[in-house]
Amino acid sequence: MLEINNLHASVVDIENSEILKGINLKVNKGEVHAIMGPNGSGKSTLANVLMGRPDYEVTAGSVVFYGESILGLRAEERAHRGMFLAFQYPAEIPGVRPWQFLKAALDSKAESRGEDKMSVRAFSKLFDEKVEAVGINPTLVKRSLNEGFSGGEKKRNEMLQLEVLQPSLAILDETDSGLDVDALRIVAEGVNSMRSPERSFIVVTHYQRLLNYITPDVVHILVKGKIVRTGGPDLALEVEKDGYKEYLAAAGANA
Amino acid sequence: MTNQNTISRESDLSGGEYKWGFVSDIETDLAPKGLSEDIVRLISAKKEEPDWLLQWRLKAYWHWVDLFENEAEPTWAKIDYPKIDYQDIYYYAAPKGTNEAPKSLDDVDPEMLATFEKLGIPLQERAVLAGVAVDAVFDSVSVATTMGKQLGELGIIFCSFSEAVKNHPDLIKKYLGSVVPYTDNFFAALNAAVFSDGSFAYIPPGVRCPIELMTYFRINTEGSGQFERTLIVADEGAYVSYLEGCTAPFRKTSQLHAATVELVALDNSEIKYSTIQNWFPGTKDGEGGVYNFVTKRGRADKNAKISWTQVETGSAITWKYPSVILKGDNSVGEFFSVALVNNHQQADTGTKMIHIGKNTKSTIVAKGISAGKGSNTYRGQVQIMPGAENAVNHTQCDSLLVGDECSAHTVPYIEVRNPTARLEHEASTSKVSDDQLFYLMARGLSEEEAHHMIITGWSRDVIKELPFEFALEAAQLLKVSLEGAVG
Repeated sequence: MLEINNLHASVVDIENSEILKGINLKVNKGEVHAIMGPNGSGKSTLANVLMGRPDYEVTAGSVVFYGESILGLRAEERAHRGMFLAFQYPAEIPGVRPWQFLKAALDSKAESRGEDKMSVRAFSKLFDEKVEAVGINPTLVKRSLNEGFSGGEKKRNEMLQLEVLQPSLAILDETDSGLDVDALRIVAEGVNSMRSPERSFIVVTHYQRLLNYITPDVVHILVKGKIVRTGGPDLALEVEKDGYKEYLAAAGANA
Repeated sequence: MTNQNTISRESDLSGGEYKWGFVSDIETDLAPKGLSEDIVRLISAKKEEPDWLLQWRLKAYWHWVDLFENEAEPTWAKIDYPKIDYQDIYYYAAPKGTNEAPKSLDDVDPEMLATFEKLGIPLQERAVLAGVAVDAVFDSVSVATTMGKQLGELGIIFCSFSEAVKNHPDLIKKYLGSVVPYTDNFFAALNAAVFSDGSFAYIPPGVRCPIELMTYFRINTEGSGQFERTLIVADEGAYVSYLEGCTAPFRKTSQLHAATVELVALDNSEIKYSTIQNWFPGTKDGEGGVYNFVTKRGRADKNAKISWTQVETGSAITWKYPSVILKGDNSVGEFFSVALVNNHQQADTGTKMIHIGKNTKSTIVAKGISAGKGSNTYRGQVQIMPGAENAVNHTQCDSLLVGDECSAHTVPYIEVRNPTARLEHEASTSKVSDDQLFYLMARGLSEEEAHHMIITGWSRDVIKELPFEFALEAAQLLKVSLEGAVG
């Protein structure tokens, strides 16, 4: 469903700022891929580039999603085609309620596909169900989006969006090494409950801890903008034990 | 101008540039350009006014002349505009055939009705369905007041100012100029001299007005000024919610609008006054647009409450400070405002809360959105007089910047002459961040939708104070007004 070939990306308007230096990655339907790597390896950049963040510029390579090249598409067009990015630090948006935000997101997706918008009543029902399923505090979703949410609450809110929007490819940017166990568990529960033969995941993470709760099909090690090794779930355990030293040395860095 | 009869308000707001810029081809009765004693007399004569009112206008006129000669046009506001040539303005422009008030809607020029329909004003039956009583002021003359009969049964008076002068002279005489005297300021003096119509509402003691009263203002004639005067009196224990909407056609020349609004809230009464101001803001390059110099003030007696809510998206220049004199003990004043400037618009707006009575309380929530090359200034005054024991004020001023060529300014004045007062002032300035935009776009919203959502969310504390239908319109208006500022 997703094929990345020789992807190079830099920060817009900054010379010699190449972060991704030739990424190759293929994700099949229903697979869960973990992307691990040391700080500054480009993990978070990869997640953001895939979703079309305007701060990055793709200088070479291709990304094909369901047979269509998506590099020319804006973020919202990628979302309409079934891509989703769970943010490491979701933005706070005062005065916008999660309910209203998600309804608008669903509506614009329906509109882009020429489908009918969900009625307010049907959406309310769906929303309430998902709020319960995700275990987010119902009074919280009546407040402003992410404003004053704790770290765990923000994660639950991201998972709520994942549940409501039902993307076919979810990219989870969990690069933060400071995630507490609670937050890890919330993310893992979200992924596990959404796992299906029709849906794929790319989980970006620094530590193996998250993978105690999610068993990936494929693990990639990303160092200095390149995938240097690909393996099964055991690869994550290996990294946990030995760290990234060996890979960094191979990539010519001072680790 | 083609005659399109059925453009709904929704489709009018569906996007694009200024949507209200059409001109109606209506025969107009124009007085010659320029301001003189003769013009003041002519306006008064056209309206068949009693002598006391003419004398009041003339006093105002001579006061204004005095101010003009002493160059007392206010210059303290942070607005920059070419000198207004007061002799190059039509001070009276009435659609022909309205010097006799229309007896029914059948007597109203069909072209004019079509214009109002285009504006989405629920005149005729729609008014009843919508539960709104409308007084529509076209150029300077009030065209029709709907639902007068239903209101009459409750003793509520809602009519054009001219009719009120004829039919309720005692009330007008008693309250006209009682809150905003003609000596108040340069533009208030001008208005008092040449005002040609406006709205009047009176709610008798203990009556809760069951519907929202609404006035819709529109400037049509090129080169004409509009000087309407609104007076609302809530008698003891009464309640009224009043809405005001404004549009003007697309003109490359600027138009002057100098209105005065007076609110009188007697003991235990409440007046809620909501405005959506969408006068023509000028072109993208800053040509034309309405110069909006407005004096709005209310007096709250014992236990009374006055609440101003405004959404200001139009006008090239906005100079406006809806205020409350908290005269009676335990009276309450509120001001909720969203002012948006885009392109070359300039707004200098805010409020004055003057605490005189004991235990008086005021709240100010002022939000300014600046986009394009717009300049937005909050100017507010909180004054606690010596007798105002235990007065409380809370002020919150927030500025939001869209793009990097606009500006936002906050100028609060605080004067406390009683040590028991408690005042709080909060201010913030923020930008729509790339993180916020990308977050929403990654969920499927377009950049424009994302901006709109961030901005309406940010304005929510104010918009939620508006009556429901007006709130929807306000949100749409913010969206339309920001087009071109984004992307």
